Amino acid sequence: MKKSIQDINAIREQMQSQIVMRNGGDSNIVSKYKRQILICGGTGCHSNKSSKILEEFNALIKANGLENDVLTVMTGCFGLCAAGPVVIVYPEGAFYSRITVEDVKEIFDEHIVGGKVVEKFLHEEDNGKEKVIALSDTNFYKKQTRVALRNCGVINPENIDEYIAFDGYQALIKVLTSMEKQEVVDTILASGLRGRGGAGFPTGRKWQFTKDAPGEIKYVACNADEGDPGAFMDRSVLEGDPHALIEAMAIAAYAIGSNQGFVYVRAEYPIAVRRLQIAIDQAKEYGLLGKDILGTGFDFDLEIRLGAGAFVCGEETALMTSIEGHRGEPRPRPPFPAIKGLFGKPTLLNNVETYANVCQIILKGPEWFTSMGTEKSRGTKVFALGGKINNTGLVEIPMGTPLRTVIEDIGGGIPNGKKFKAAQTGGPSGGCIPASLIDTPIDYDSLIAIGSMMGSGGLIVMDEDNCMVDIAKFFLEFTVDESCGKCTACRIGTRRLLELLTKVTDGTATLETLDEMEKLCYYIKDNSLCGLGQTAPNPVLSTLRYFKDEYIAHVVDKKCPAGVCKNLLNFTIDKDKCIGCGMCARQCPANAIVKTDYIAEGHKLPSYTIDQSKCVKCGACVATCKFKAISKG
Amino acid sequence: MSDIKMVNLKINGLDVTVPAGTTILEAAKVAGINIPTLCYMKGINEIGACRVCVVEVKGARSMVASCVYPVSEGMEVVTSSDKVIEARKTTLELLLSDHKKECLSCERNLNCELQKLSLEYGCDTKRFQGATSKEDIPDVSTDYLVRDNTKCVLCRRCVAVCNKIQEVAVIGANERGFKTNVSCAFEEDIGNSPCVACGQCINVCPTGALTEKSEIANVKKALADPEKIVIVAPAPAVRATLGEEFGNPIGTNVEGKMITALKRLGFDKVFDVNLGADLTIMEEATELLERIQKGGKLPMITSCSPGWIRYMEFYYPDLIENVSSGKSPQQMFGAVCKTYWAEKNGIDPKNIYVVTVMPCIAKKFEKKRDNQAASGYPDVDASITTRELARLIKEKGIMFNELPDSELDNPLGEFTGAGVIFGATGGVMEAALRTAVETISGKELGKLDFNEVRGMEGVKEASYEVAGKTIKVAVASGLSNAKIICEKIRNGEADYQFVEIMCCPGGCINGGGQPILDSYTRRNVDYKTLRAKALYNQDASSKIRKSHENKAVQGLYNEYFGKPGSHKAHEILHTTYVARKKY
Amino acid sequence: MAKTSGVPFQGTKEQEVALREKLAELKKVQGGLMPALQEAQAIYGYLPKEVQIIVAEELGVSLEEVYGVVSFYAQFSIVPKGKYKIGVCLGTACYVKGSGDLLAEVEKQLGIKAGGITPDGKWSIEATRCIGCCGLAPVMTINEDVYGRIGPKEVAGILAKYN
Repeated sequence: MKKSIQDINAIREQMQSQIVMRNGGDSNIVSKYKRQILICGGTGCHSNKSSKILEEFNALIKANGLENDVLTVMTGCFGLCAAGPVVIVYPEGAFYSRITVEDVKEIFDEHIVGGKVVEKFLHEEDNGKEKVIALSDTNFYKKQTRVALRNCGVINPENIDEYIAFDGYQALIKVLTSMEKQEVVDTILASGLRGRGGAGFPTGRKWQFTKDAPGEIKYVACNADEGDPGAFMDRSVLEGDPHALIEAMAIAAYAIGSNQGFVYVRAEYPIAVRRLQIAIDQAKEYGLLGKDILGTGFDFDLEIRLGAGAFVCGEETALMTSIEGHRGEPRPRPPFPAIKGLFGKPTLLNNVETYANVCQIILKGPEWFTSMGTEKSRGTKVFALGGKINNTGLVEIPMGTPLRTVIEDIGGGIPNGKKFKAAQTGGPSGGCIPASLIDTPIDYDSLIAIGSMMGSGGLIVMDEDNCMVDIAKFFLEFTVDESCGKCTACRIGTRRLLELLTKVTDGTATLETLDEMEKLCYYIKDNSLCGLGQTAPNPVLSTLRYFKDEYIAHVVDKKCPAGVCKNLLNFTIDKDKCIGCGMCARQCPANAIVKTDYIAEGHKLPSYTIDQSKCVKCGACVATCKFKAISKG
Repeated sequence: MSDIKMVNLKINGLDVTVPAGTTILEAAKVAGINIPTLCYMKGINEIGACRVCVVEVKGARSMVASCVYPVSEGMEVVTSSDKVIEARKTTLELLLSDHKKECLSCERNLNCELQKLSLEYGCDTKRFQGATSKEDIPDVSTDYLVRDNTKCVLCRRCVAVCNKIQEVAVIGANERGFKTNVSCAFEEDIGNSPCVACGQCINVCPTGALTEKSEIANVKKALADPEKIVIVAPAPAVRATLGEEFGNPIGTNVEGKMITALKRLGFDKVFDVNLGADLTIMEEATELLERIQKGGKLPMITSCSPGWIRYMEFYYPDLIENVSSGKSPQQMFGAVCKTYWAEKNGIDPKNIYVVTVMPCIAKKFEKKRDNQAASGYPDVDASITTRELARLIKEKGIMFNELPDSELDNPLGEFTGAGVIFGATGGVMEAALRTAVETISGKELGKLDFNEVRGMEGVKEASYEVAGKTIKVAVASGLSNAKIICEKIRNGEADYQFVEIMCCPGGCINGGGQPILDSYTRRNVDYKTLRAKALYNQDASSKIRKSHENKAVQGLYNEYFGKPGSHKAHEILHTTYVARKKY
Repeated sequence: MAKTSGVPFQGTKEQEVALREKLAELKKVQGGLMPALQEAQAIYGYLPKEVQIIVAEELGVSLEEVYGVVSFYAQFSIVPKGKYKIGVCLGTACYVKGSGDLLAEVEKQLGIKAGGITPDGKWSIEATRCIGCCGLAPVMTINEDVYGRIGPKEVAGILAKYN
């Protein structure tokens, strides 16, 4: 049924008793439930059968007749994916990590019924043996500031009332009832919010351009085509707090004078798509989307369009071309989308995380937002922390936080006592930050200055076992694969660059190859049609800049210092360590390992040796040898 | 006075003032500065893809494609800095690294835009070496066209004409990234697609990736065969364009030299397809009048253009009955050679080899259609394009521009001004009107120019009062325009009696077999009008300008067919059509 | 050379009716080609020529336009998928944790390359883009099942579960 503003406020009041346990709010409100069990339903935990865990809890609750006392909530991502599947039990906020379906019974009996926290399932910090009770007490959370992710892992994303309870749709009410369109734009301008999708263009200016563009029909669009490998913050917002996006897009539509919105989502995100669709349906039911929203006379509708597996569609013009039903090829700008976008109409396009900040800015004011971050990069940024780091997951930090804080404190350092070598930000468009620059503050301009970029927020950590030439090649292979093929610079340029780079990893390059690579990199940056091509050489350029010695080692010494590039590896058997068991020879897929007639002192059988001309460098022998007699280098 | 806002900018330090919305490319031209292009085609392929036209704009993050970048007030542009030159050079070198460089013997040698640019920029063809993206297997699946994707630079000009000018969209970009290629759906051979054989793709291809399927070898073989009487006949539009191949200005009529050249090439008889054109008018005008009088299917649509016929068969098979059953001028000409002329000269048609020189590649297909062999042997044996004729002339060392003029052989070399203008859009209509109006009214026309149906507009409509009746006609050229008319007819919204449709925009003067003009010329010169003018001038200066006054044609009817539309005429000069499946 | 799956088309009348129904709706939608292909792939599991022809006809676009779009996007396939669709994530987080070796092992076990299907139609392998389970890296999926934090050694055992 369509709701009035009074109805929405009534729901909000009424719901407080349901959420008070979670938001640590007003102590005068009596919680409706004795306990609440929050189970992470983000893609990571979902893959680890968190929905089975939920079912198990629900079955036990039902069997014990506790439906009125215990509430289970499947939330979006908590962030600490490394600890998944994650279960949190309130009122204690007990943070149970890596829970399996088999563990549920014990938690239920001991904690839900018995009222005692089950110590053995509590999350254990990686840097000590100390168990932490509450999620908020973990080092992972302590240095975070959650704005875009504020509801993720807190509310049930499939229940609009929970969103409303957490001040949801209050910003829209405020805008529709008390703000002029220009006031809304001015607020966003004053907040200094910049696009969270990559380039960091000031969001308010985009809104202003689109608002000022002539035209009866205008569109708002959301870029949820999160394609950077290793970035999943947009997915988490869609999965954990989809109404925040809907509300923000409605606000944007009001501000620029649009009545139709599109969300372009990667098809690889089925849960996100489903939750967003549920949220849209609920919002329509409540009259928060559709005609005459909340009786204010404002109309706005929202539609989901799915991508089909093309990274380039994250580029704004390609995204629009794709929504129009064509090959997702970028088109030249100008005209900019604000003037001529979707279906030729002025279009406002922001990404999910950008929109996720909007409602808070409206409610709390631009000053609140500018109080976070740095002068030129206001607010917070979400990063997907991955790679060789203990606490993989999603983190949201104030802009300007040093990389060291993210790696060492929030991320819990590098596993297995390895050394931090570099962090990669910005995905295939970004660059590597070497260990020497670990104190760089993370903001748009500092990252650009050192040859990387914010990108959409992938932050991949590398240790000493990662070859930086190989990493550059990995990203370049990605862009070569994802190039749309329209412009010469990207279509052939990136391919030729990859071929030159492959010479380096193959050991056939010369120092001239490196010069030619660098020249080609700058050419591609300067001459590509769109952002994909213009940034494609960044991984190569930044590794050339900070890890030149590794390149030189490949080119001059024909060695891969990290032992990754197979063509440069040599596997050798230490004849004195080899006991002649022959395990390696049996494992070798190329029959490259043969017996010698040498018997080492103290051994009974002749040792083995590797025929280098047959070796395919698969490493199977190293893995098999129990006597550590085989080395690579 | 005008509302158009003017914009001031600097290009290479020169002050330029141009209307807002002008591109840098166009503004530079105003300032006398040429910027090279490759993929750009004004209005239909403004995609900024090839990056050859890049320039530096002060304050811009990267180089910009001048072909699509609009000027703005105070803009400062540099078009020829070292950085720009180096960038263009690298772009070309990258293209060359994925291009089959058999330039020396490539059909487009010396007429290749990539080659010309590579020379201008001093490209190192070996700088980049690596994988090539396309299979080295040319598509030779049709009778009219060869597609060699290893020479394709993915400028997509062919795609643009196929999609936007002809609107058949049988070729397009497939796959993505380095694997991107221009091809048909499922990368099928063109022969398995609903391609209409217009050849407009060839005309816009900057390289040798698209060429006609040459029949020169067959022609040479026939010429060398002592058994064969080899007849050649050029189409109306060829005389207006052949000169371009020898450096003459666009619009030079080289009919006399062309005849001399054909004779020197060793053809036994040099006749003219113009005679076929006059014959077509006799048959079509008769058919039209019959349909009007007897309540036949109207409007009647012309059948001269084989690309149009193929289009109709694929896309509008419901209009088959609207199309005149008369063969095209090429086929009527060939049929007459092997029947009437053969009989008259006592030659076995088996020993006659008819070669036509056409502005068209669809003619190569047309001659192989069913019901195109009136004598029992194909009406036409070989159909070569204007370009192929030029190659033949060059190969034989004939100094074309030095040649004296010659006259055509008789009797099948006799034609009227009406036949000549077949080569331009509206020409068939005008020629038919001259004959039909006189036939209906029984009076001699005072003024022979039907200006309403002339000109390069895509769709032209006119109505004429003849003997108290109104004849409403329409003329369309280019298939996107043909589509407009066809839709009207299909939906019963057309009240025309007679419609002329030509497959190629502007008619045969812009056919798929005509001399290839580079993109700069196509963009900046009104070449279609110039070529058409050559034909209209010849018409204006002709003594006889009405098909029915062609003495040879009159002789044909008197001696052989009886009268237009006779049973014999139907047997020899008419044909049938078939509905074709698109997939 | 023409691209086909080499597998005979076995679409049913019901599938065609379902598709034409969807297309009738999508015909009215601006930019309906992408959703149309997504619906078609949902119905048939892949997009063979026969299906693309229906889409082209119903939406009034040329077959080449349809194919141009299909061949652009990685998720559209003209090859049918196996009964068990294996995906190995080659996203950055998985890659730095060795998913390349994981893929190689799967390919070795099944004797087909990524993008291929076993002759009996049982297995198909795809190297996928980041599926967002970076916390579980490296990740392999078989239909809806997700296997995280695994190495090449575990592959054989996992595949055996589906026998």
